Amino acid sequence: MKWGVVRFPGSLDDNDALWALADVMGQEASMLWHKEASLRGAQCVLLPGGFSYGDYLRCGAIARFSPIMESVAKFAADGGLVIGTCNGFQVLCEAHLLPGALTRNRTLSFICERVNVRVENASTPFTRATHQGEVLRLPIKHGEGLYVAPETELRQMEERGQVILRYVDADGRESDAANPNGSMHAIAGVANDRFNVFGLMPHPEHAVEAMLGGTDGLKIFRSIVESAG
Amino acid sequence: MQVRVFVTPRKGILDPQGRAVEHSLKSLGFKSVSDVKIGKYVVLEVAAKSAADAREQAHKMCERLLANPLIEDYTFEVEGE
Repeated sequence: MKWGVVRFPGSLDDNDALWALADVMGQEASMLWHKEASLRGAQCVLLPGGFSYGDYLRCGAIARFSPIMESVAKFAADGGLVIGTCNGFQVLCEAHLLPGALTRNRTLSFICERVNVRVENASTPFTRATHQGEVLRLPIKHGEGLYVAPETELRQMEERGQVILRYVDADGRESDAANPNGSMHAIAGVANDRFNVFGLMPHPEHAVEAMLGGTDGLKIFRSIVESAG
Repeated sequence: MQVRVFVTPRKGILDPQGRAVEHSLKSLGFKSVSDVKIGKYVVLEVAAKSAADAREQAHKMCERLLANPLIEDYTFEVEGE
């Protein structure tokens, strides 16, 4: 399967994403510079974590106007698969490809730790290799990951199954203590209403080798590969 | 023409920075303080035919980039208005 990893000025996890896809999973993955318009035939576009444009103004606010984002928006409108991790999630929200926004963690601190997230909808292209209710252990590292959306929209998203990942404890139970950043509804990852665009604060690309602490991230990428079939 | 844009967190949106500062002010004895919000102040020069033109341009800039209407409110002042 062909993947495109977008590199913005300030992207940090682009090389790790490429490593996860190409070296660990044997996928055909190439880097896409933010000033390019071509997605080079990618079947899935990944927007990586980092601090695109220094996070100036708001996280993702400036990156969303990069030339490549016009192509990503068209690709998504045509049903193409797009995944954004961390800063990539913020860019997708700013670009209105995903509902909601990500704001400063309630603790005001940068959080770098492993968290447990529960799969709330295992029938999406991004989670089909997992099972409903499965708890994944993935790292997070962000200062602005508090997911916010209007309550009416959140209700609709919950009904449609757009909430894909939720922060929980190791036993899969929701609690305030298990919500690291204060996200509304403990949301860690959401999809659009067509389920071809997915954003998540955790980093699946940092969880692809046992020696680095876990391989649950592979389940997300394998789901996408299966979906592209 | 100078335009001064003020962006603040929307009512109802958690503003942990504002809350922390409010807490700190109170602990300094400023008991009268409430509803502290931390926002952004953007100053820009706009080539405009009139204040109304500058206002219209500023409005578009706020909607497209300077603020995220989902989580932020904005107001602006146009020089000479």
